[in-house]
Amino acid sequence: MIVTMVQAINQALAGELARDDRVIVFGEDVGRDGGVFRATEGLFDKFGPERVMDTPLAESGAIGAAVGMAALGLRPVPEIQFMGFIYPAFNQIVSHVARLRNRTRGRFTAPLTIRTPYGAGVKALEHHSESTEALFCHIPGLTVVVPSSPYDAKGLLIASIRSDDPVIFLEPTKLYRAEKQEVPEASYEVPLRRAAVIREGRDVTIVAWGAMIPVAREAASAAEAEGVGVEIVDLRTLSPMDRETILASVKKTSRALVLHEAPKTCGLGAEIAATIGEAALLSLSAPVMRVTAPDITVPLPKSEDLYYPNAERVLRAIRKLMEY
Amino acid sequence: MIERFDPLKGDRLRVLGDDGRAAPDLDPGLGDATLRSLYERMVRTRLADTKALKLQRQGRLGTYAPSLGHEASQIGLASAMARDDWFFPYFRDLGAYITLGYPLADYYHFWMGNESGMRTPDGLNIFPIAIPVGSQIPQAVGAGIAVKYRKLGVAVVTTFGDGATSEGDFHEGLNFAGVYRTPNVFICINNQFAISVPRSRQTAAPTLAQKALAYGFPGVQVDGNDVLAVYVATREALTAARSGKGPALIEAFTYRMGDHTTSDDAGRYRSKEEVQEWERRDPLARFRLYLGLKGLWDDAYEKEVQAAATELVEKAVADAEARPQASPEDVFAYTYATMPPDLAAELAELQASLPEGRR
Repeated sequence: MIVTMVQAINQALAGELARDDRVIVFGEDVGRDGGVFRATEGLFDKFGPERVMDTPLAESGAIGAAVGMAALGLRPVPEIQFMGFIYPAFNQIVSHVARLRNRTRGRFTAPLTIRTPYGAGVKALEHHSESTEALFCHIPGLTVVVPSSPYDAKGLLIASIRSDDPVIFLEPTKLYRAEKQEVPEASYEVPLRRAAVIREGRDVTIVAWGAMIPVAREAASAAEAEGVGVEIVDLRTLSPMDRETILASVKKTSRALVLHEAPKTCGLGAEIAATIGEAALLSLSAPVMRVTAPDITVPLPKSEDLYYPNAERVLRAIRKLMEY
Repeated sequence: MIERFDPLKGDRLRVLGDDGRAAPDLDPGLGDATLRSLYERMVRTRLADTKALKLQRQGRLGTYAPSLGHEASQIGLASAMARDDWFFPYFRDLGAYITLGYPLADYYHFWMGNESGMRTPDGLNIFPIAIPVGSQIPQAVGAGIAVKYRKLGVAVVTTFGDGATSEGDFHEGLNFAGVYRTPNVFICINNQFAISVPRSRQTAAPTLAQKALAYGFPGVQVDGNDVLAVYVATREALTAARSGKGPALIEAFTYRMGDHTTSDDAGRYRSKEEVQEWERRDPLARFRLYLGLKGLWDDAYEKEVQAAATELVEKAVADAEARPQASPEDVFAYTYATMPPDLAAELAELQASLPEGRR
């Protein structure tokens, strides 16, 4: 079946709702409306208002409720309408979701999957283009996942819902309908905590995720024309991070570039660069480079081009790496 | 009965008078053994609380939030609960923990600085204490949603202080409960202070109980120093919740006799006279009068109760202090369901740096 990412997500949710009656999908507009991006379309009619619940407009209340539901044996899958609106729930996520297992030595756990559309590039309103994944990667206990394709979106979401750990599942809005891909109709898991080498190359490793993957691919093709072989590591699970795959690739290529659409300072690129520095310094032919958004607030759509990393910037960084 | 006491009219449910006499139409008519067990739990709580303060001053227990003055509220509400009901506490609930059968040694162990003390024993439906104020309220509502969904037929009790009613989570939680008609009983222990800030600075509303009305369910203010008043109000709210009639808010009007925590000095923000006035309303003393009038209390019984409570407390302290320090593996083990390789590497690196006895 050829589907978009948002359709693949819908399939994953439908499959898990059908398979496991502990799974409850809820959030603002996820019920009758089917979600503002249509990710939950048809689920309310198929599974009813107890399984697919519209909630009052209150993010902390929803995530707090998810903690209590999880403690009583359910598998809540709350949706936060946009990542820019997740902050009211930050206290619940950091103070409870992430550490419930630890606080109770495993007596209670919070196996919930918080889905939220994320990232810029769709000319959205203010607060609708956030890419603050690093805030969550910094919190022990959370798993942070970002798919970059319909196939991965379905398999990673299913794996997240089945995971016994809480997952922040970030869905790149730019990719929701960007490409269609053949996706099996049956349920399948794409394993968490595993990065994927999605393009092989001998000269430079690009580590990226989510909506930066198409940018990386475009830059890689351009570099190819210049005779530079680019390998792309799609991180997929940002935390806990698959350092092994990153390091194996960098040891092969000897050059690394981290590409993310979040601002540079204290972004995940810093963590990845430090990892490479700690474990693969002597394999490097050049310093690790970062291509990221600048350290500014996401501009409104007319200036978004100044913020969002593009293939041109990546290509220039690749050239620098090669010339070093 | 709750509905008879209208918070908008300033009504407050009270069973026991200052003289220990019960209002006949409100007295729940509990049997002698039950009445005595309420009293014994109150004594146990007070002794256990006093002991915790002593241990803190001796450096044997960490920062501690004392329960002095809250015994009637804590024991009243917890005694009304059934074994299968769920409890989402805040951080000043010693009497409720004791009443619900939480091992006192575990409780001490937690306040001594050990995570394992907050592992609720299997079979007890008690969530860990909530220190971020009010954050347990929406969680309790989520538990209520799960109870309804799974048709468990139980109720969910959550406690919080007067300060918590200013938090967004209070509003969001109670609002969800009203919308979904969850089986929740919200109990606000209004002890007049959020550390130093008085109740009058939390809200311009005359009572906290009346806030329930805006969420579409009943609220009642009760005398929080009257164990029977808290008991009857909670029992009624629990019965309604279990039978699908929806949530309720109970405001237990009491006073924090001690400091906020052992790091606080309440003398900085309230007068001795005010505290002395509340000492005259001591919840144990009032209930003792009631028991005395019923012929259920005398000096010999008091001695017996004190001795039994002292023994229990000392045993719990000895038990808690005898427990070994958590191993590094244990401290790391519960971050994820399975430990990521990087975390295992961090653990190994840490262990290598530790002295022999701490590895």
